[in-house]
Amino acid sequence: MAGHVDALYFALVAMAAFFTFLVSALILFFAIRYRKERSPEATQIHGSTALELLWTGIPLGIVMIIFVWSSVIFFMQTRPPKGAMEVYTVGKQWMWKFQHTEGQREINELHVPAGRDVRMIMTSQDTIHSFYVPAFRIKADVLPGRYTSTWFRATTPGRYHLFCAEYCGTQHSGMVGEVIVMEPADYDRWASGGVDGSLASAGEKSFQQYGCSMCHRADAAGRGPNLIGVFGRPVLLDDGRTVTADESYVRESILNPGAKIASGFKNIMPTFEGQLSEEEVIGLVAYVKALGNGTANLPIPVSEPNSGDYPVAPKAEGSAAKSDKTATPAGRATQSTPVKPEAKP
Amino acid sequence: METASQTIEPKTNYLNADYGVKSWLLTTDHKRIAILYLISITAFFFLGGFFAMLIRLELLTPAGDLVLSDTYNKLFTMHGVVMIFLFLVPSIPAVFGNFLVPMMIGAKDLAFPKLNLASWYIFILGGAFILYSILTGGLDTGWTFYTPYSTTYSNTNVISAAIGVFIAGFSSIFTGLNIIVTVHRMRAPGLTWKRLPLFIWAHYATSVVMVLGTPVLAITIVLVALERLFHFGIFDARLGGDPLLFQHLFWFYSHPAVYIMILPSMGVMSEVIACFSRKRPFGYDFIAMSSVAIAVLGFLVWAHHMYVAGISTYAAMIFSMLTFFVAIPSAVKVFNWTATLYKGSITFQTPMLYAFAFIGLFTIGGLTGVFLGAVAIDLHVTDTYFVVAHFHYVMVGGGVTGFLCALHFWWPKMTGKMYPEAFAKLSAVLVFVGFNLTFFPQFLLGYMGMPRRYHAYPPEFQVLNVLSTAGASILAVGFLMPMIYFAWSLKYGDEAGPNPYHAAGLEWQTASPPTTFNFEETPVVTWEAYNYDEIDRTAKGVEVAG
Repeated sequence: MAGHVDALYFALVAMAAFFTFLVSALILFFAIRYRKERSPEATQIHGSTALELLWTGIPLGIVMIIFVWSSVIFFMQTRPPKGAMEVYTVGKQWMWKFQHTEGQREINELHVPAGRDVRMIMTSQDTIHSFYVPAFRIKADVLPGRYTSTWFRATTPGRYHLFCAEYCGTQHSGMVGEVIVMEPADYDRWASGGVDGSLASAGEKSFQQYGCSMCHRADAAGRGPNLIGVFGRPVLLDDGRTVTADESYVRESILNPGAKIASGFKNIMPTFEGQLSEEEVIGLVAYVKALGNGTANLPIPVSEPNSGDYPVAPKAEGSAAKSDKTATPAGRATQSTPVKPEAKP
Repeated sequence: METASQTIEPKTNYLNADYGVKSWLLTTDHKRIAILYLISITAFFFLGGFFAMLIRLELLTPAGDLVLSDTYNKLFTMHGVVMIFLFLVPSIPAVFGNFLVPMMIGAKDLAFPKLNLASWYIFILGGAFILYSILTGGLDTGWTFYTPYSTTYSNTNVISAAIGVFIAGFSSIFTGLNIIVTVHRMRAPGLTWKRLPLFIWAHYATSVVMVLGTPVLAITIVLVALERLFHFGIFDARLGGDPLLFQHLFWFYSHPAVYIMILPSMGVMSEVIACFSRKRPFGYDFIAMSSVAIAVLGFLVWAHHMYVAGISTYAAMIFSMLTFFVAIPSAVKVFNWTATLYKGSITFQTPMLYAFAFIGLFTIGGLTGVFLGAVAIDLHVTDTYFVVAHFHYVMVGGGVTGFLCALHFWWPKMTGKMYPEAFAKLSAVLVFVGFNLTFFPQFLLGYMGMPRRYHAYPPEFQVLNVLSTAGASILAVGFLMPMIYFAWSLKYGDEAGPNPYHAAGLEWQTASPPTTFNFEETPVVTWEAYNYDEIDRTAKGVEVAG
């Protein structure tokens, strides 16, 4: 990838140098040839439409070639190949936190294998950051409240600069780290060493802990959609639209469940905004993803609590008010309606 | 045309028509208001330059050792805010637009003289708020005020600075409005649109951008203040807002604002190059129309600041294509200015040296813009020193060079005095050399991957940073010299006479400095702009007769 970008870059350097020298040389030549001493009287020329068309047309042609060339590379830069390994990233003032699907977590250091495609799925816990590895010629902003992604394939083992490229406050210039590219075998050894379970298994724990499995059951009897095999597939919504169940959709459905309701289900899920950390959300996303390709344990249904109230995390006491404040209108509707009316019967 | 050779200077002019502070602070004379603007923006320029010097000194070494990181963040923020909102945006339009638009079209004043004075007071009020925010602890959001940092995370004086920018924006809107109405309604008899100097075309296009773009910035700033003060969820994702919405709104103004800063300079170039080549500019129609094209296309490219910000692939591509289109009218201008030199009769006074510098630096600034327009490259170099170098080549290499060019060219008209030519040429050379030494290494730094707004940096970037700081010191001398010799010339400079450069244009047909109402009697225009052949023939006739 870096090779493609550099090729275009140096073509542009050549183009820019050519035009700069052309203009400078003409100015220099005219300034000497037509200086007052040699050219005491100016010849008035009004212009030339042919010349104007020429120097409008040629640059236009050149920039359109650049446009196509750059867009082709850009497509490669933004479309991760199928089967790329995934690293979840949380940016926060002022550090990078990485979670590998195997379960390894690191701060300001990112270990990746050489020769494998790596897709970064990134979000921010506070302000906007930007994930920038100059050696890989990639950069992508990391935003709060959504996932952005980028990908790369490192070719040569070594240590590479990782910078935050979007100004984020006091220690912006300290929000730096290293990408450590390892031989694939070394990486596999590193990734499997001393881990107490994969990212998806951490997500599975949260799935039980927060009572998700009460409604999102492994059979069709739950009040929420069965999540097995859902990830990566199109989901029909109750307003007739279809969305692909990607990381962003899963995230949104956890934090703002009312935004896009799957067809056939009611808007009854409470929001988990403000109750889950970004790391927990990532675990849940990884778990739902693993449910999608059948590599995770199925959810164990939780027995119905007597109250009919929804189970929430133990720490959620008093957080109802907090989540109320942060909920969107749709989310708020789910908060007030499902709990009380359903408690009546 | 005969007035060009008049030698008897009227005893009273706009400078000595009235005395005392009150006569300046309550003036509605566009020329005096231009001087008020000139003094205020020069002060702001040196304030912004002072911040820049501290930034460059900090970056002399890789470690963040001169100032604290918070201080550094405030320095580059305040450098940007002061330079953009208090110097570059008003620079040429509010000083030279104000001074010259009425004179070039044969009018006594702008259409709304009181509004003109009001816009200066509004500018000063906005500047006062920004100064207040600087003096009471500063601002650290970057001049871009990106959310949610500015609305939620910054602990600095965002509100007072935002109010300052909001208020200063109105001065820009009023100046734009004044110029538009003046050009439409107050042209001298016979001065048709196609006889207008290209300076007027450039200012007309600039004014349209000011009037249409600035309100969007004002609204955006209000939204930032609402979210920061009252937690309205507009931009902060945690409040249900969208941080990208801010960037769209902000750049919808701030990209066209780049053209507010560069179009007037382009107008200056068309005047100066024509004068010192003794020629009508090559392709008048194309230069005029390219100003209009830039103003229109300039509104359609804002999201090229956001390729990496999380916009969709296709949106990025569309904005990339539109960005390439906007490069074309600028290229057309450069080619036309170059062609103007062909078969001219060229002399090399200071304004012409600045014009040569402008073409060279602006060409590099424009061409590196093509790099950034190409999304694949932008992904690597955006938010690095490549971008810093690029926009300084446009803003300083284009904007400030254009301002200095205009200041030298019209100083005799404004004050009636000539500046010392040798010192002026020396300063032009220092500016050119210092500028390139400061900013060219930054292209290399950016390509190597040094991010912008970094207080400390990895040691491999040091050599280029040292070069850059060295260049900045030369540049500072180049900027300080004119301060001294212009001030000196007020007392000791040679008398300029009405038209020291034998330039075309109605502003040169009246006394230097002009009288309060500019013209003894309203001129009637029967000739095309840039009638240098006639002027030179007349001058020769006078010589022969003499």
